[in-house]
Amino acid sequence: MANRKVRVVHYLNQFFGQIGGEEKADLPPTVKEGPLGPGLAFTEAFQDQAEIVATVICGDTYFAANIDRAREEVTALIGRYNPDVVLAGPAFNAGRYGTACGAVAQGVVETLKKPVVSGMHPENPGYEMYRRFAYIVETGSSAASLRKAVGPMARLALKLGRGEKLGLPQEEGYLPRGIRKNVFLAERSSKRAVDMLVARLRGEDYVSEYPMPFFDRVEPSPPLKDPAKARVALVTSGGIVPKGNPDKIESSSATSYARYDLSGVDDLTDKAYQTVHGGFDPVYANNDPDRVLPVDVMRELEKEGLIGRLHRYYYTTVGNGTSVANARCYAAAIAAELKRDGVQAVILTST
Amino acid sequence: MVKEIERAGLPVVHICTIVPISLTVGANRIVPAVAIPYPLGDPELTAEEEKKLRRRLVIKALQALQTEIEEQTVFS
Repeated sequence: MANRKVRVVHYLNQFFGQIGGEEKADLPPTVKEGPLGPGLAFTEAFQDQAEIVATVICGDTYFAANIDRAREEVTALIGRYNPDVVLAGPAFNAGRYGTACGAVAQGVVETLKKPVVSGMHPENPGYEMYRRFAYIVETGSSAASLRKAVGPMARLALKLGRGEKLGLPQEEGYLPRGIRKNVFLAERSSKRAVDMLVARLRGEDYVSEYPMPFFDRVEPSPPLKDPAKARVALVTSGGIVPKGNPDKIESSSATSYARYDLSGVDDLTDKAYQTVHGGFDPVYANNDPDRVLPVDVMRELEKEGLIGRLHRYYYTTVGNGTSVANARCYAAAIAAELKRDGVQAVILTST
Repeated sequence: MVKEIERAGLPVVHICTIVPISLTVGANRIVPAVAIPYPLGDPELTAEEEKKLRRRLVIKALQALQTEIEEQTVFS
């Protein structure tokens, strides 16, 4: 047994699985024998101690649109190859891909009872949603950080695949999973707590044994009283812009937002508007941008008196890979303008 | 973004496709959308039916905005 190679199955999306870009994101799960794409880098890092026996690939949109079904299908495909450990991604800061990798981890851990190693940027929603299922190595926000992620992911996969116990997140190089374990230490807790307090008073470094969890929740606003009298604004992270993208909003990791005047616009046509979002197949949104930003319906409701009026400007950015810090800044600035302009409610659409 | 708008005191409804992400991020009023590339549409439908579908979603969003809630709520 000692010399047996660890059996690895690798999960990838359609892009890293070399099937195609957004136009192939509807791809249902499929399997290819052996390593593929990033799997080649992992194979190199394993140095003959482990083998990627198969690669399971699924389109990001297919997965996101059918999370439960996709998780079961992918897990079943992985199970056929009887892995010791499963690799998923890395997904960097791609939200759909990270969510898919996390859901695969849940399926594999719960159904196949095998460990899963993934790689994500800490802001990837897949991390917070699924961190208790996978051992997730911290990566940069884009695939440029693949090289750096491979080594640590491969090392964890080898250890877990051999059934070895892992140490704490900071020792082993994975992101905290929110799991508490009992350990015995030489010094009792009262002494450790006083030591920590003394260090703090002296201005020295100390590490909390239980950092307080940080839940950034906002209280729901009181409901809108009378929409027939209200000014309602549209905001989108779906990247709808006037044709030609005059403000050059980036299709991924946007560094700006823009506002555009809707005066005299009753319908978003393919002639005048488009999407610049790089995280989905843009054909449908380009053919009819109302599919993302429902200006046509808002005008209808305005005419019928169901809303007071549609705010003159709409605000737009691209949510794809955009950092939480940036998104927060944009929205805070947008909200301040909307309030100044007397807007009473906001409909925000996301793709 | 939804959260920051809400923090500023404006009632906001999130029409989005991947509801679990919206819940994780912390939106309070959520209306599930149709699909990622066309959250408020469906290219399989006729233009007229598609607009009706979009209208239903926007009306649902307006209803969500008028609903008193204590915690995150998905209006499906």
